[in-house]
Amino acid sequence: MMNKLLLTTVLSVGLCLPAIAAQVQPGETLAENQEYTYWLLDAIKSMDPQINTDVEGSGILRALFEGLYNEDQNGGLVPGVATDHELSDDKTVYTFHLRDNAKWSNGDPVTAQDFVYAWKRLADPKTASEYAWYMELMQVKNASKIIAGEAPVDDLGVKAVDDHTFEVTIEAPLPYFPKMLTHASTFPVNQKAIEQFGDKWTEPGNLVGNGAYLLKEHILGEKVVMEPNPAYWDNEHTILTKVTALTINDENAALTRYLAGELDRTQIPAGQYPRLKQEYPDQAISVPQSCSYIYMFNVDKEKGPAALQDVRVRKALSYAIDRDIIVNNILQGGQAPSYNWTHAATEGFKLPEIDYAKWTQEERTAKAKELLAEAGYGPDNPLKITLNYNTSEAHKKIAIAVQQFWKGVGVDLTLNNMEWKVHTDKMQNQDFEVARYAWCGDYNEASTYLDLFTSYSGHNNGKFFSERYDELMKQSKTAADPNPMYTEAEQILAEEMPMAPIYQYTKVEMIKPDMRGLGLNNLMQNWYLKDMYRVAN
Amino acid sequence: MFSFVVKRLAVAVPTLLLLIVISFLLMHAAPGGPFTQERALPPQVLANLEAKYGLDQPLWRQLVTYVWGIVAHFDFGPSFIYKDRTVNEIIAQGFPVTLTYGSVSFVVAVIVGITLGVAAAIRHNSWLDYLAVGISIGAQVLPNFVMAPLLLLTFTWWLGWLPGGGWEDGQWQYMVMPVIALSTSYMASIARLTRASMLEVLTSNHIRTARAKGLPERQVILRHALKPALLPVMSYLGPAFVAMITGSVVVDFFFSTGGIGRAFVDSALNRDYAVMLGITILVGALTILFNLVVDVLYGWIDPKIRY
Repeated sequence: MMNKLLLTTVLSVGLCLPAIAAQVQPGETLAENQEYTYWLLDAIKSMDPQINTDVEGSGILRALFEGLYNEDQNGGLVPGVATDHELSDDKTVYTFHLRDNAKWSNGDPVTAQDFVYAWKRLADPKTASEYAWYMELMQVKNASKIIAGEAPVDDLGVKAVDDHTFEVTIEAPLPYFPKMLTHASTFPVNQKAIEQFGDKWTEPGNLVGNGAYLLKEHILGEKVVMEPNPAYWDNEHTILTKVTALTINDENAALTRYLAGELDRTQIPAGQYPRLKQEYPDQAISVPQSCSYIYMFNVDKEKGPAALQDVRVRKALSYAIDRDIIVNNILQGGQAPSYNWTHAATEGFKLPEIDYAKWTQEERTAKAKELLAEAGYGPDNPLKITLNYNTSEAHKKIAIAVQQFWKGVGVDLTLNNMEWKVHTDKMQNQDFEVARYAWCGDYNEASTYLDLFTSYSGHNNGKFFSERYDELMKQSKTAADPNPMYTEAEQILAEEMPMAPIYQYTKVEMIKPDMRGLGLNNLMQNWYLKDMYRVAN
Repeated sequence: MFSFVVKRLAVAVPTLLLLIVISFLLMHAAPGGPFTQERALPPQVLANLEAKYGLDQPLWRQLVTYVWGIVAHFDFGPSFIYKDRTVNEIIAQGFPVTLTYGSVSFVVAVIVGITLGVAAAIRHNSWLDYLAVGISIGAQVLPNFVMAPLLLLTFTWWLGWLPGGGWEDGQWQYMVMPVIALSTSYMASIARLTRASMLEVLTSNHIRTARAKGLPERQVILRHALKPALLPVMSYLGPAFVAMITGSVVVDFFFSTGGIGRAFVDSALNRDYAVMLGITILVGALTILFNLVVDVLYGWIDPKIRY
C-alpha cells in the first residue's frame, strides 16, 4: 500500500497557476528589453551536470537542464520534470511521476530512463565524478558500494517503471530527500548526445538539454551566452530573451562595469556595501545566504596542539572574538555575528539558546581571561598559537582583528597565510592549530551543517568527537521533528567548542532595479533564469 | 649562420626536456592536488578520479606517458579542472587572443618607446628630454595592476567610451585598454634603453666624422646612430616580446580577455598539472625561439658579430 504524499507547495502552486515559470505580478508591465547580463567570478569548469562542482556552474546548469523538482522564489519545492511523488510506507521507496510533455532540445521526450542513466552515470567509477558522493549523501541504495567498485553500476537503487515513472530506493528514511533533488548533479542527461559526442557533448551545438535555455556560446574565461529553448515544455512562459554571463576575475572591475551599465547583477566587494547602499538604495541588496564562517580548532589527540585539548582554552578563544566588530567594521555587508554553527535562516531550524550569545562582549572577554588563567596561562606563560588562513583580503582583515582580540586576553597568535590548495591540504591532514573554514549548505536543512561534526564525517578536519553528538545526529534522521536533537547538538558544540563560530553569510550584490524573479529570499540562492523578467520603469 | 641556427635548435630539445622534468617535479612537490578541495572527497571518489587521470601511477610513469603523448600525438593531455576541455583546446582558444593583443602592444611599445628615446637623446637636456624621461618614468612606476582599474574607471565608467572588458574576436574597442595596460611599462624601458645607448653612440667617433663631413643631421641619426644604438635594445626586445605574447595575468584578470596569462596562473593555483605544463612548454619554446631570432638579428645589424 503506497502512501500518497503530495508536497503542499507542489499542490498549491501546481493547481492555482498554469506554470511555475516567471510570474509577472499584477500591475507590472514587462520592459521591452528582456536581455540579462550577470557576473561570474570564474570561468565555468564544466557544463556537464554530473561533472560540474561549483555553485556558479550550477546556476547555468539549472537553466540548461531541469531535474525532478525546482525551487520557487522562497526555496520551496515546485514541480520540475516530476509533477509529484509517492513514498512507500517504510519511507524508503520514492516513486516520481514525470510529466509527459517534457522534451529534450533535440525533440526527444524526457523519460524515466534518462534519470536512470544520469544517476548511474554519477555513481559510476568510470565517470569519476567529484560529486559521486552526493549519491551516497542521498543514501541511494548501493551507491557507496558502486563508487567503491564493489558492486556493478546496475545495482543502483533506481528504476524506470515506465517512461514516466521513476522509482528510487534509498537505504534508510531520509526526511529531506526531496529537497536534495534540486541539486544539479541529479539532473537528467541525454544519453544519445553523450554517446555521439563523447567529451565534446557539452559544447554549444552539441549540448542537448531539457531546461528552459539553450547554450549558444561558451568562451572559457570570457562569457557564456544562452537563449530560450523552444522545445522546453513551459517555453511560452520564459521571458528573458538572451542571457549572458561574463567572467570577470576582479570584483572591483565587475563593479565598475556594473556602474557603467554593462552588467545587471554583480557582487559587492567587502566593505563597500554601506557606501553603495547610500548611493543606490534601490540596487544594493544584502540577503542571507546559507554559509557559515568559523575558526576550526585542531583537537586531534596526536596531531593537534596540547593547549587546544583543554576545552577551557577553546572556549576562551571563542569568547574573546568580538564578532560585532568583524561584521560591522570589516565586512559591512549585513552579515550576522554567529555563536552557533547552523545558518540561522535554515528552513525549519530553531536557533537554540547559546549561553554566551547573550553576554556582552565585556562579559565574554572577562570570562575568556578567567578560563585561560584556570588553564594555567597568564602574562608569564602566554598561550602561543598559530592560525592558518588562505589568501584573501577579507580573511586577512578578520585574522588581524582576531589577533588583536586574542592579544587582549594574553594569547600570542601567529598568522600563517597560505595559498588555497596548501591551506586545504594542511587542514585535511590535521597539520594546523587553528584554521579558517567555511561551509555552505548543500540543501536547506540543518543536517547539512550539523553532520559535519560527527565522527564519521569526512569533513570533520579538527577531529572533534562526541558519542552523544553522533547519536543525536543518527536519531535526527528518522525523527518526526529533528529540532530537539539539533538544539542539543548545537549546545554540545557550544559546550565543547571544537570551533569558534564567527559570522553567517549574506549575499551582498548590486542588482538593476527593474529585475524581477531573482529568488532572493531563497536561502540557498538558487535562482532560475526561467523565473526572471524585467519590468518597465 | 645556417649551422649556428641548426646547433641552437638542437640544444633547444634537451633544454625543453629539462624544463618539462623540472616543472613536472616541482608541480607535484607542491602540497595539494587538482582534486583537493574544501570539502574533502571520500577516498573512493578520489581514487576513481586519480585512476581516470592516471595520477595513481608512479611519478616517473606519469612523466613518461606525458612526454610520449606530446612527442607521438602532440597531445598535451586533458585539463583536470576544466573537464570539458583538453590542454590543446585551452591553448588553442587562449593563445591567439594573447598573441594578438601582445603583438599589438609590442609594436606600440617599440614605436613609441624608440621614438621617445631617440627624441630625448637628440634634444638632450631640453624640455623634450625631460618630458620623455618623465613619461617613461611615470609609465614605469605605475604598475599595470594599478593602471588597469584606472583605465576602466576613466574610459568605461567616467567617459563611457570603451567597453569594460571581453574580447569579442578582437574588435579594436576591446583591445585599446589591454594594449595600453600591457605596453606602457615595456615602452618605458625601451625608451630609457634607447635614450641611454643613443646618447653614448652620439658621442662616438664615427658620428663626429659623419657630422664633420657635412651629412644632414637626419641622415646622421637614422643611418649612422640609430642602428648601433639599437643593439642593447634588441637584446631586451626578444624576451620582452615573448613575455608580451605569452600573456599578462593582469590584462586577462581585469579585462576578461580570456587569454593564456590567466589560464596559466589559474592552472598553478588549481594544480591543473597538464594545463600548467602545456603553457610552460609553450612559453619555454617561444623564449628559446625568440632568443635565437634576436641573435640572428644581431648579426644582421652589427656586421662585427659573426657566428
